[in-house]
Amino acid sequence: MIDRPNGSGAKTAPGYLRTGPGSGAMDRTISDVPLETVYEPDDVTRVNEPPGEYPYTRGIHKNGYRDRLWTMRQFAGFGNAKQTNERYHFLLSQGQHGLSVAFDMPTLMGYDSDAPQARGEVGKCGVAIDSLRDMEQLFDGIDMGDITTSMTINGPAAIAVAQYIAAAEKKGIPRTALGGTIQADILKEYIAQKEWIFPPRPHMRVIVDMIEFCTAEMPKWNTISISGYHIREAGSTAAQELAFTLADGFAYVEAAMARGLDVDSFAPRLSFFFNSHIDFFEEIAKFRAARRIYAKRMRERYGAKNPKSWQLRFHTQTAGCSATAQQPENNIVRVAFEAMAAVLGGTQSLHTNSMDEVLALPTEKSVEIALRTQQVLAYETNVTNVVDPLGGSYFVEALTDEMERQAEAYFQQIEEYGGVIEAIEAGFFQKEIAEASYRYQRSIESKDRIIVGVNQFQRDEEQLDMDLLKITEEVAQGQARSLQDLRATRDNGKVQQTLDRLQQACRDEHDNLMPHLIDCVNAYCTEGEIVEAMVGVYGRYTERSVF
Amino acid sequence: MANRPLRIVIAKAGLDGHDRGAKVIARALRDAGMEVIYTGLFQTPEQIVQTAIQEDADGIGLSILSGAHMTLFPLVLEQLKAQDAEDVVFFGGGTIPPEDADELRKRGVKAVFTPGAPLQEIIDFVEAECGKRRELVG
Repeated sequence: MIDRPNGSGAKTAPGYLRTGPGSGAMDRTISDVPLETVYEPDDVTRVNEPPGEYPYTRGIHKNGYRDRLWTMRQFAGFGNAKQTNERYHFLLSQGQHGLSVAFDMPTLMGYDSDAPQARGEVGKCGVAIDSLRDMEQLFDGIDMGDITTSMTINGPAAIAVAQYIAAAEKKGIPRTALGGTIQADILKEYIAQKEWIFPPRPHMRVIVDMIEFCTAEMPKWNTISISGYHIREAGSTAAQELAFTLADGFAYVEAAMARGLDVDSFAPRLSFFFNSHIDFFEEIAKFRAARRIYAKRMRERYGAKNPKSWQLRFHTQTAGCSATAQQPENNIVRVAFEAMAAVLGGTQSLHTNSMDEVLALPTEKSVEIALRTQQVLAYETNVTNVVDPLGGSYFVEALTDEMERQAEAYFQQIEEYGGVIEAIEAGFFQKEIAEASYRYQRSIESKDRIIVGVNQFQRDEEQLDMDLLKITEEVAQGQARSLQDLRATRDNGKVQQTLDRLQQACRDEHDNLMPHLIDCVNAYCTEGEIVEAMVGVYGRYTERSVF
Repeated sequence: MANRPLRIVIAKAGLDGHDRGAKVIARALRDAGMEVIYTGLFQTPEQIVQTAIQEDADGIGLSILSGAHMTLFPLVLEQLKAQDAEDVVFFGGGTIPPEDADELRKRGVKAVFTPGAPLQEIIDFVEAECGKRRELVG
């Protein structure tokens, strides 16, 4: 299947021996945190921190999962809105609790499906949403007042929220009834995911406008999902993921406070999104440390008084970068371990990756296995019965402290740059991540890290025995036709008028952009048109690449 | 000229921001003694081939993880042909299903590496194929 000879077969590999070079290092975590052979009572310095109490190291709920399981939320989106709508109906019928929208690249970057930049990308790694018309189709037959929806979009996040509100209001569901989360974490785009539109400073204004608007008008809406997932996928260590994500979170808090918002008015609706990688205990420690660091900062530095403002709530996704194209069925097993780490770490919601995502978008079959993995975890393993079952483990507590210590050291460095935006502009995060990912790749080359099926236990013949999902170019053609039709049938005078008003608002720092965006969306302006209008004022960002 | 190190353009095309793989490969080829030009993100096929010609590159490595490989790889091949640069060794990698990888090889992509491909294998491939090109072109 691939251009390379395979290595030694499983027959000759002594799986039970782990000594000597090339058998995987056992004296450190996957992120190179040094490990003792055994941990002892002296390694634990902290006194008991009961679950449900500040600083929430052991969880934000007193009764853990006994009161409420995590939300099983599978990220999905491909092709056009109609195809994705069908997948949503399927997922809801299979017991999934909430929806999670994956958009395609042109939508994420603010281009319409018929833009030259969109060549070959339409509907490929998510659903194509060009206008309100597509958003209406996406939620056709779904009670938007009853479900919660998570939307993974950042550059055009404010436009997506405007479309979601407009689609719901057309069905008679008021915006106050809408529950869900918009990712809207633009800082991590510059750091890792690279789906930006405008330069960082105007982008921050758009985000704060959205936070301000949602705080006032959408009481059930989580205004931002501060994401480490992509930072980790880009190759960071666990501590970098933890530190950079929390630093981003604090930057949003500071920006909203600088706008004059009371920290307790918006902080309870901030949420986080972490990766769950394959190093089991390190991940659990990372989640626990995240809660503790966040609570302390929110209370001590930002003066939040509402306990809800101290509580770090998070969504988790298993690590796409830990999946392998070789023997892809093994990914089912990896996902199960990673999911368990997330649950032992106290996640509020979870996406389990499908085994075939390293090759293509997942098929319905592989998505079902991924969802069943969560259900087995939730209902059969009984790991949910006791809150923070690893609390008090000498090892896990020591590793939690170590994660916190490393994160604090990174905060110090970021502060020395003058803050997150300054550190982005200096390329600090980008360099740190590139360095870590290269080190990691080298450790696989040297077999300091063993990846089953990749550098050890390979099959002599790699044969893919699996159907893969195919997205045809018909999706792009269909979107282009639909856009043509839209532009011909809508009130173009109104389109121009709303876009002009939006541009004016972009120039006026005191005017909140959200109402203008909702007007544009309701006039059936396309996403590309709205973004172009904003780029006219803000410009487009370009990166100085480092490797 | 003969002792000049191999020059390789590592490219990201389309709207795909996943640059971890591209950067790791760029770094590995550089550490192996080659001169590497990384294009940065969001390049068009036209820009990528232009860069290769201007830099007198021996090879182009294209990374695509967004699913647009069946559009963008062929567009780069077309550009190589249009600009009379078919001697440049064109290879790539990313999230590419086996069937598509076969098809791309048939159309003239010299190698397609998928996740898990060892760096050494990629380095060996580039040294061998681009080395051959260098001998021919000088």
